[in-house]
Amino acid sequence: MPRLNAEELRARLSRDLPGAVLANTPLQVSAPPAHGPQPAKLTSADTLVDPTQIVAAATYLRDTLGYAFLSDIAVVDYLVEDIFELVYRFYNVEGGPALALKIRVPRDVPEVPSLTPAWPGANFHEREAFDLYGITFIGHPFLRRIYMWDEFEGFPMRKDFPRQGDKYIGEDE
Amino acid sequence: MLKTEELQINIGPQHPSTHGVFRMLVTVDGETIMDLKPVFGYLHRNHEQIAEQNTYLQNMPYTDRLDYFNSMANNHAYALAVEKLVGIEVPERAEYIRVLMVELTRILNHAGALGFLINDMGMWQTQLAFGMREREKILDLFESASGARLMCNYFRFGGVARDLPADFMPRLADLLKAMPGFVDEMERLLRDNEILMQRSEGIGILPRDLALAYSVTGPVLRGSGVAYDVRKAEPYSIYDRFDFDVPVGSVGDVYDRFLVRVEEMRQSRRIIEQIVAQLPDATGSHINPKARQNVKPPVGDVYGRVESPKGELGFYLVSDGSGKPYRYKVRAPSFINLTPLGDMCRGYKVADVVVILGSIDIVMGEVDR
Repeated sequence: MPRLNAEELRARLSRDLPGAVLANTPLQVSAPPAHGPQPAKLTSADTLVDPTQIVAAATYLRDTLGYAFLSDIAVVDYLVEDIFELVYRFYNVEGGPALALKIRVPRDVPEVPSLTPAWPGANFHEREAFDLYGITFIGHPFLRRIYMWDEFEGFPMRKDFPRQGDKYIGEDE
Repeated sequence: MLKTEELQINIGPQHPSTHGVFRMLVTVDGETIMDLKPVFGYLHRNHEQIAEQNTYLQNMPYTDRLDYFNSMANNHAYALAVEKLVGIEVPERAEYIRVLMVELTRILNHAGALGFLINDMGMWQTQLAFGMREREKILDLFESASGARLMCNYFRFGGVARDLPADFMPRLADLLKAMPGFVDEMERLLRDNEILMQRSEGIGILPRDLALAYSVTGPVLRGSGVAYDVRKAEPYSIYDRFDFDVPVGSVGDVYDRFLVRVEEMRQSRRIIEQIVAQLPDATGSHINPKARQNVKPPVGDVYGRVESPKGELGFYLVSDGSGKPYRYKVRAPSFINLTPLGDMCRGYKVADVVVILGSIDIVMGEVDR
């Protein structure tokens, strides 16, 4: 099995899945200060794909390139850019570094096709992302809160979630 | 013909064999498991959110509280991620001390895990006492080096908090001398016991392809026959210098996972022996003197991972250039290893569930985060 880097992966994906790869534009992480030096933007060498193509791209990684091990799905809330970025990390069990696929979805409609039907190992990752960030995974068989209780409102890892106080205390008054 | 009816019962959350507050929603037909859904979150404290309010160094002791059995391994993964993000060099001696501590942690974890596993099978307390006895000896060593037995908080960016005390190496030599006997004893306790063999052989089978699809890691994955170990697959720290084998099982049952852990203890001992031989020649001190601890990494993202005793432990960090992580994500091995629990238990008896869960070796501090 070949070991690929991000650049080779982009070349392979754009050849075999036309339209799937997007340009990975730099992201503004935190709000720029009113004066003083502007903070640098986050640039990444990882492959950014179209959210609607994530299942096709992940399946391609597994079946064609041999990256059969889905290790991690991380969500990052880029509040200033008004997007969620999801980072999927795939490994080849023969060894070598990861191939990461990133997708970006708008914060107001965070809908992503679910990997769980094709990849049962994504189950808990996606439920965690739903619980803490409110990402809706379309096609997930059991998309329920995994850590918080079912009646909980809001998504506690979002950057605009109130850090102080608890709106549940004294709610009945 | 007897008419039967399916019944839903709860195992846990308050149950001695669930290794913490963990609930299993089980559908049974008589004694047979038809379906099992793991339910957790009882220990959830939003570790990641709290960590995003802390500075990078403040998170070092906080990672101890993830998998409280293996604080050293958690420290290692976090230190690797931050060092990669900032670009901190680690001196050779510090690397040796780190690997020494992490391999001791692996022995400690497996001794405890196997003790609890056989406890779950019904060999009440004997094996557990044996495992805990060895664990205590290693914890004493940790205490002499770091000052704490469980929450060691020993790693720093660029090395470890302090050098090994003078009597550390002689005490370690005593421990290593007694160790093969202890591991053999532990293996014999299961192998020579007909009842325990029947409780473990052919129980909780996780086939190879299913193990891969379910993204399990660590001894559970290797028990299913996949020779995947981060130490070999993507060597970090100085693991490429050591000679060791990755044990794998063949069937993927409870017994295979047991044997993989026994063999990993032997392999860890092999690594430690090589460290003892090479440590006197290692250059540098226990910490990089130029490494700042109040780091402010440049804007960027990084993923650092290690082979923790329970599986692949990873930290995904995003920095916005300030002294606190913008995003701090833990890829906890126990959490993901629970995904196939329903498939592993289906068709077995209620009493087997406890054994199968014990063979996965979970820690709720890490599952719930």
